Amino acid sequence: MPYLMRRVLVLLLTGWAALTINFVLPRLMPGNPAEVMLARFQGRLSPRALAALTVEFGVHTHQSLLTQYVVYWGHMLTGNFGLSLTYYPASVGQMVAQAFPWTLGLVGISTLIAFVLGTGIGIAAAWRHGSRLDGVLLPVSLLLSAMPYFWFALLILYVFGFVLGWFPVGGGLNLAHRVGGFAGLGTVVDHAILPAATITITAAGGWVLTMRNNMVAILGADFVKFARAKGLADRTVEIRYAARNAILPSFTGFAMAIGFVVGGALLTEIVFSYPGLGYLLYEAVLNLDYPLMQAIFLFISLAVLVANFLADLAYILLDPRVRAVGRP
Amino acid sequence: MSPLLEITQLTVGYGGGERPPVLAVQDLDLTVRPGEVVGIAGESGCGKSTLALAASGLLDPPGRVLGGSVRFDGQDLLGLSPPAWRRLRLRQIAMVFQASMNVLNPVLRIRDQFLDAMQAHGVNSRRDAHERTQAVFELVKIPARFLDAYPHQLSGGMRQRAVIALCLVLEPRLIFMDEPTTALDVVVQRAILQSVNDLRVQRDFAVVFITHDLSLLIEIADRIAIMYAGYLVEEASGPELYQDPLHPYTQALMQAFPPLGEVRSRLQGIPGQPPDLRRLPPGCPFAARCGKVQRGRCDAVQPAMTVVTPGHRVACHLYPLAAEGGKRA
Amino acid sequence: MTLRAFLANRRAMAGAAILVVFALLATLAPFLAPYSPTNINFPPMLGPSSAHLLGTTANGQDVLSQLIWGSRDTLLVGLLTATIISGIQLAVGIFGGYVGGWVDEVLSMLTNIFLVMPGLPLMIIVAAYVTVKGTVPIIFVITITGWAWGARVLRSQTLTLRSQAFVEAAQLSGESRWRIVLTHIVPNMAGILVANFFGAALYAVLSEAGLEFLGLGNVNTVTWGTMLYWAENDEALLMGLWQWMVLPGLCIALLGTAFGLLNFAVDEVVNPRLRRT
Ligand SMILES: Nc1ncnc2c1ncn2[C@@H]1O[C@H](COP(=O)(O)OP(=O)(O)O)[C@@H](O)[C@H]1O
Ligand SMILES: [Mg+2]
Repeated sequence: MPYLMRRVLVLLLTGWAALTINFVLPRLMPGNPAEVMLARFQGRLSPRALAALTVEFGVHTHQSLLTQYVVYWGHMLTGNFGLSLTYYPASVGQMVAQAFPWTLGLVGISTLIAFVLGTGIGIAAAWRHGSRLDGVLLPVSLLLSAMPYFWFALLILYVFGFVLGWFPVGGGLNLAHRVGGFAGLGTVVDHAILPAATITITAAGGWVLTMRNNMVAILGADFVKFARAKGLADRTVEIRYAARNAILPSFTGFAMAIGFVVGGALLTEIVFSYPGLGYLLYEAVLNLDYPLMQAIFLFISLAVLVANFLADLAYILLDPRVRAVGRP
Repeated sequence: MSPLLEITQLTVGYGGGERPPVLAVQDLDLTVRPGEVVGIAGESGCGKSTLALAASGLLDPPGRVLGGSVRFDGQDLLGLSPPAWRRLRLRQIAMVFQASMNVLNPVLRIRDQFLDAMQAHGVNSRRDAHERTQAVFELVKIPARFLDAYPHQLSGGMRQRAVIALCLVLEPRLIFMDEPTTALDVVVQRAILQSVNDLRVQRDFAVVFITHDLSLLIEIADRIAIMYAGYLVEEASGPELYQDPLHPYTQALMQAFPPLGEVRSRLQGIPGQPPDLRRLPPGCPFAARCGKVQRGRCDAVQPAMTVVTPGHRVACHLYPLAAEGGKRA
Repeated sequence: MTLRAFLANRRAMAGAAILVVFALLATLAPFLAPYSPTNINFPPMLGPSSAHLLGTTANGQDVLSQLIWGSRDTLLVGLLTATIISGIQLAVGIFGGYVGGWVDEVLSMLTNIFLVMPGLPLMIIVAAYVTVKGTVPIIFVITITGWAWGARVLRSQTLTLRSQAFVEAAQLSGESRWRIVLTHIVPNMAGILVANFFGAALYAVLSEAGLEFLGLGNVNTVTWGTMLYWAENDEALLMGLWQWMVLPGLCIALLGTAFGLLNFAVDEVVNPRLRRT
């Protein structure tokens, strides 16, 4: 099977799995979690909303599982995610749509910075491998990637937010001053710096390690030695011959890395009360707001799937060997 | 003619630190004249690649040159700075590696790998660069459309020829070829050897051709040097060595790899193993496997290199008379 | 040879040393800890003093005792989960890689799906549906999200080994499949298995901390994760009780670093291309 087709199949199957997990979990888990939730919201919701929930979660229904599954798919495909219990009467769709851009911006930008920074440092460390820099960098990167994200977030929030007062201590932007334009953007950036720093610093360690190891392995390859024998400048050998090849496994390993970063970003958002999906998910979990929780899980999964697919495409572009094979 | 490459008393070791280094090349003398093909033969592990790497400044740690000198065109190579080395590479000295099937960058088109090399050496006109590339590609008989292919789209033999083409593109004066044909089948091997020889006539460069298969050398080399356990044990012109191999090791190699065209029914290795370079016994390193060993002499005293006839030297106790008659090398 | 290289590896020894210290802390907790970690009868929110070297929590517990006892469950969850994950990886990776055919297709697809599915969100929603909070559900959710990467690595390693001469020779000589797997394949993957084990342990420890911090574990057990949960809930930093917040996190980071160092070092020893020349 060609590489691309295989990746599309994984994409579709994983999307299906994420949707199905949402359907199965409330029906499968012992202790009937959906009933617990319904009991909690009895009287707080309109009867119609309650009735819709019973159908959605398969409580007290005479429909067969298959019918329920078909109905569920219909809802998902039409974007009908139900009402949020926490933010009733707001719909889940509205809440997710509000939070999603924040997370996308925060995670997207910090992941990009972390990747570029970590990969660059990894290249430099490997080029000088065995040196003092390499020796120090390794344990430091390991320590950075072994730190709990949320703990690091709490510490820098305390130091730079409370003690030094350099940055705001929570939220996404300052609503007190109703500013637009650049000033508005300024407060957004201000609020994003600490969370972004948390994600960047803790995620970069992983990229340093990955790139450093791939690069050390590649530096022993015959084509790097031959590049030197051609009399190419060191810089060309380092980047165009070694790093250009060493970066490829970073794309195949992207799936695990991005999953890890997204997990860390969720926790970071919670610490900073950042108005993204992570914080929303936390509130949903605290309030047993299953419809909201499910939709957030679904959207995060889909976003990660798309990110992975983009990484796959980049990989195909960067490695001629996975492209269609044929003689010119 | 003044020599192009002059290696004197070269000693190369691996490792070191607490333990003494493993000497992969010891006290080796070798000269290459302009336009000449010098063959180096010997079993695997006897230091052929190490010699080529050391002489072309490509030795990686833990390998280290421990003594001797290498001069190219009168210039001392061992003391050369990295930038000076870079300028010399490919322009003056090129190296076809032992693993030359895998020496092309898998993610760059062949053409770009040629252009990179030429750009690094100041061929800045793209047209000039393209013309040169096309010309060498024709020389090694690969269709020009493969220039825009990626390495994995070429067969093993084609890749190997592409590498040879790349090594020729700047018309160097010396090319090391370290077992350039080992992984190929006999037909392709011969084709490549033939084209190297033709090219040499056209372009006039010297070749140091390394192989463990002595029979190949007899066909193409002007002079042949035999290495054993890091030492040069015999050196002679091609025809002379073929007619009159003196060192028992050379004779054994000849048995093991009879020249092409002769019956290869006897094809087998030389009995026994080369010695462990970490624990070389005293005396002649070949003594333990030698059929003509003289106990008390060969395993005690290391034979010195002696000139038997002009242009033919050997390091073996069987030829002491020559040592007295001729002069010591 | 390999063991010697491992013992000579500075990173491996540093990792092992940290791990041994924590393991001693965990086994000797009853003797080392000055008080019971759940004793809430001390004055709350004390700073460090001779009676309470690291002060007390907002609930009047001794922080030092909690830190020492906390190593137990943290280590236990980490090592136990890593063991289960390694077992699954071994089974899925070897089985798929060795049997091949449609079984392999299905298992690889499954592996890829779990690889792409974001771990923490999945853990959070599963844990949120679990009505009984505790260690077992935590181990469960970490396991289902954590096995895929290693399974993929082991599968490709199995494929490489399967086509190697000594395995093919064993097949030709009529050895049974399971014998070949047990005597030829598994021993040759020992290094990768061990490296993966430490990788999984790192993943488990960090995931456990995250879940417990969110209150998705049993918040009444004493682990470094739940310590952080309470420290955050009671605003330890704002109260000036920094040691209550900083130390459990630091312990997690150190334990994680130890696992990371061991993972890295084993990789370096069994994979000669990474070795320093
Ligand atoms: N990277 C290395 N590290 C340590 N020893 C080496 C290395 N490369 C080669 N050697 C030693 O040098 C000897 C000669 O190797 P080599 O020059 O590759 O021989 P040949 O090319 O004749 O097969 C070998 O026996 C080996 O023990
Ligand atoms: Mg060699």
